[in-house]
Amino acid sequence: MIIELGHFALILAFVLALTQASLPLIGTARGNAALMAVARPAAFGQLVFLLLAFGALMYGFVTSDFSVRVIAANSHSAKPMLYKIAGLWGNHEGSLLLWVLILAIFGAAVAGVGGNLPITLRARVLSVQAMIASGFLSFILATSNPFARLIPAPLDGNGLNPLLQDPGLAFHPPFLYLGYVGFSMAFSFAVAALIEGRVDPAWARWVRPWTLAAWCFLTIGIAMGSWWAYYELGWGGWWFWDPVENASFMPWLAGTALLHSAIVVEKRDALKSWTVLLAILTFSLSLLGTFIVRSGVLSSVHAFATDPARGVFILGFLVLVVGGSLTLYAIRAPILKGGGIFAPISREAALVLNNWLLATACATVLLGTLYPLLMDTLSGGADKVTVGAPYYNATFTPLMVPLLLMMALGPLMSWKRGDLAGVLSRLHFALGLSVLSMLVVWYLREEGPVLAVFGIGLGVWLIGGALTDLAERIRLFRVPFATSFARAVGLPRASWGAMMAHGGVGIVVLGITASSAWTVEKIILMQPGDEAEVSGYVYRFIRAEQGPGPNYTALRGQFEVSRNGVPLASLAPEARSYPTPPMDTTEAAIYPMLSGDLFAVIGNPQGDKGWSARLYFRPLQSWIWAGALIMTIGGAISLSDRRHRVGSPRRAASPASDGAAAPLAAE
Amino acid sequence: MRWRSFVPLIIVSLLAGVLFVGLGLDPKIVPSALIDKPVPQFDLPPLPGKEPGLIAADLAKGEITLVNVWASWCGPCRIEHPQLMEIANITKVRMIGLNYKDDPAKALAFLQQLGDPFVSVGADRTGRVAIEWGVYGVPETFLVDGKGRIVLKHVGPLRPEDISEKILPAIKAATP
Amino acid sequence: MIYGFGKYRFAALAVALLLLGAAPAHAIAVDAVTLQDPALEARARNLMQGLRCLVCQNQSIEISDAELAGDLRRIVRERVAAGDTDDQVRAHLVARYGDWVLMRPPFRLSTLALWGGPPVLLVLGGIALWMGLRRREVPVLQPLTEAEQAKLREITASD
Repeated sequence: MIIELGHFALILAFVLALTQASLPLIGTARGNAALMAVARPAAFGQLVFLLLAFGALMYGFVTSDFSVRVIAANSHSAKPMLYKIAGLWGNHEGSLLLWVLILAIFGAAVAGVGGNLPITLRARVLSVQAMIASGFLSFILATSNPFARLIPAPLDGNGLNPLLQDPGLAFHPPFLYLGYVGFSMAFSFAVAALIEGRVDPAWARWVRPWTLAAWCFLTIGIAMGSWWAYYELGWGGWWFWDPVENASFMPWLAGTALLHSAIVVEKRDALKSWTVLLAILTFSLSLLGTFIVRSGVLSSVHAFATDPARGVFILGFLVLVVGGSLTLYAIRAPILKGGGIFAPISREAALVLNNWLLATACATVLLGTLYPLLMDTLSGGADKVTVGAPYYNATFTPLMVPLLLMMALGPLMSWKRGDLAGVLSRLHFALGLSVLSMLVVWYLREEGPVLAVFGIGLGVWLIGGALTDLAERIRLFRVPFATSFARAVGLPRASWGAMMAHGGVGIVVLGITASSAWTVEKIILMQPGDEAEVSGYVYRFIRAEQGPGPNYTALRGQFEVSRNGVPLASLAPEARSYPTPPMDTTEAAIYPMLSGDLFAVIGNPQGDKGWSARLYFRPLQSWIWAGALIMTIGGAISLSDRRHRVGSPRRAASPASDGAAAPLAAE
Repeated sequence: MRWRSFVPLIIVSLLAGVLFVGLGLDPKIVPSALIDKPVPQFDLPPLPGKEPGLIAADLAKGEITLVNVWASWCGPCRIEHPQLMEIANITKVRMIGLNYKDDPAKALAFLQQLGDPFVSVGADRTGRVAIEWGVYGVPETFLVDGKGRIVLKHVGPLRPEDISEKILPAIKAATP
Repeated sequence: MIYGFGKYRFAALAVALLLLGAAPAHAIAVDAVTLQDPALEARARNLMQGLRCLVCQNQSIEISDAELAGDLRRIVRERVAAGDTDDQVRAHLVARYGDWVLMRPPFRLSTLALWGGPPVLLVLGGIALWMGLRRREVPVLQPLTEAEQAKLREITASD
């Protein structure tokens, strides 16, 4: 009964979404305030009904109602409660329901806090938001109904795959969705602005908080996903340039560009047409990601079980949304005239350069992701290539180098007309630190690529640049320390956020460089009592025992690791054998430290020669995720800035005076 | 209107076209590099009673041969087997099995239970010869023409419709 | 009716079993046999990183613990030990599995757009940018002329 109510609530939400998509838009065209006013209650209503639908399905999962097809296929009565709940979005139907619920939350948030948006803009934004919701709701109702019953109901569910019971897996999809769906706000604002024919600094200030929030969620979602692949799956890597990973990375790159170009619109009333295009493309890439994961057009380790009918539907929707908005853009963008002028060396120009490199990088990832499909299509399946990590190392990485170099300069540059020599002289400290770190690394390093030394220099340069930015703002050492401290406390949170985000990137760069260039690895045969030295860490093999598992037998090894005689960690990797179908898998044991990760894998016994073991030391591995976390926290701090508070800005009488009234640039 | 404003729309339209065609393709199927190439020159010893095994030279003696890679532990092979039996029934084509990484006793029991469409079966205990054939999963099916050239490769289990849609036309085309 | 049901069951079963059979390999392979010569082993390991594990789709054979990946590693080590050059080892596997087995797509006519795309996009973007920036160039400030200076003095004096 509750399940049917959920289905009914879903249908009502769809009807409300259709209403919200059409009436307010008609209202804006006719100047009818009553029709425009429909948008707000409809957005709230949609959220209420979707909460009901979500709650109904959740109730089914929690109570293990196996008469519901999705629950029977993806849950099991013996599952821990956490995974019963997470099981809701661990499948196609349920995850789509979560998708539209998040969409409705964002929609209701605009309706709720967007009180000072001009009534026509709010009506248009909510209407566009509801169009997206209608598309997804019709997709769910037509092809992926999560409330479909299964008659007769099975005694128990199918979903007890232990590999999928992991907190990292349970919580990374909701974060990714919050990111993907969050970019729909930027999209709706962009389309509404195109309809309205007006993009001004106030518009940018309304869009930025939503974009920033989506960016934070996506950053943490991607980081959690790669953390899961590395620590929980023990894949020995953390990023594979897999289509599904790329699907989340492309909106992240575009969203990062959008975040920066919106600053230029807000402060300088320039780059309007480009920013609107970026907002459209960022959300389009989010939709493309959904398409890639669910249609099966690209082979991936993570893809959901795929269904061509669903693929056709999503593709149709994708064409409608992207094609429609880009047609509107093609017609309306020329009327968006850029305002503020700036010199080739200025904060604006630096941000333009940032956008140029990020957009090219994003296009490169898109090309690499879709190229196998392109060749497959053009050759009719006769010619296939793999586009793996070596391709991205050769194309993507070179684009990142100038971007990272520039990243320390940009925030120190002044608006309109910058002084490159002045900025460089203020960066002497960062430059010195960077050169020093390169010399030290050069001296210490025994092997590994020379370019990695440069990578370390880049990371330190970014961190030094962020520190310089801070020192400049609080006038460290130029005014009494107490004054500096007072200035630091009074610094806008957005400035703190930007510095942390940029410094976080530096930490990520250090982690990526060190772990990929100087990981030391040994594959050896060991007897109990044997020791092996890996990068100064001594792995002592204690023993290996055979033991049973739920549906496999496992060989459990034990290693004690020490450095200079000081015991550090105990590692217990496993080698598992599943009987049907015959399959051997290994479970890596990982011990993360600040200096790097200890990592051990054990193989099967080799007669009386002992056991084969694969031992690693991966320097600065966990810095990658620490840096991503710092970036996210930076974004969140920036979001808490008074000036960014959702809905706080008001549109001034004229855009020009508004721009002048804006406080000195903070980002 | 400026033409430049239309550039994004045009690019996206082209992409959508590619994605649409792509929906009909299976990304997990690797095209064989061996199509129109001679079969790998490796012989395999027979499963007991299924002599002479897989002899590469025999495949170039004028007779069209269907080579099926299978194993008793492979679930999809079990699903595929009725289709192999049907091919053996309705065509005169010679069928040779390539038994992949299997226990001979279990392999023979599999054939006893589900029927035996093969005139001979080569046992590839280490999987080395299968790699020479470019095999990356079981089951796979090859059609070899009378000159010992591979003319067709099918990856995964043969479905009932594959017999009339793929196998029979290929046999017809390979018949001189 | 029986046939229709059978067909449906066939499809469902095939999907279920394929999924089971394709259960992803979940961690790193550990080989019992490696090459004695560290230089050769390092070369072999480097080659493996560039070869795709065919069953796990997006991992290299170097880390995949899929069985086929292990067989391919054995072949790579054999070829390296037998004195093959890196190119010969790669060619050996490409002859069997096609270019698909290479993690780095080869330069060919059909991959021209793949490799040429990023630099071309970068340059095109740069041109668009340069044109755009030139349009909005800041007018260079000229020093005031004598007449203007006089006018300025006049205004400030009257203040």
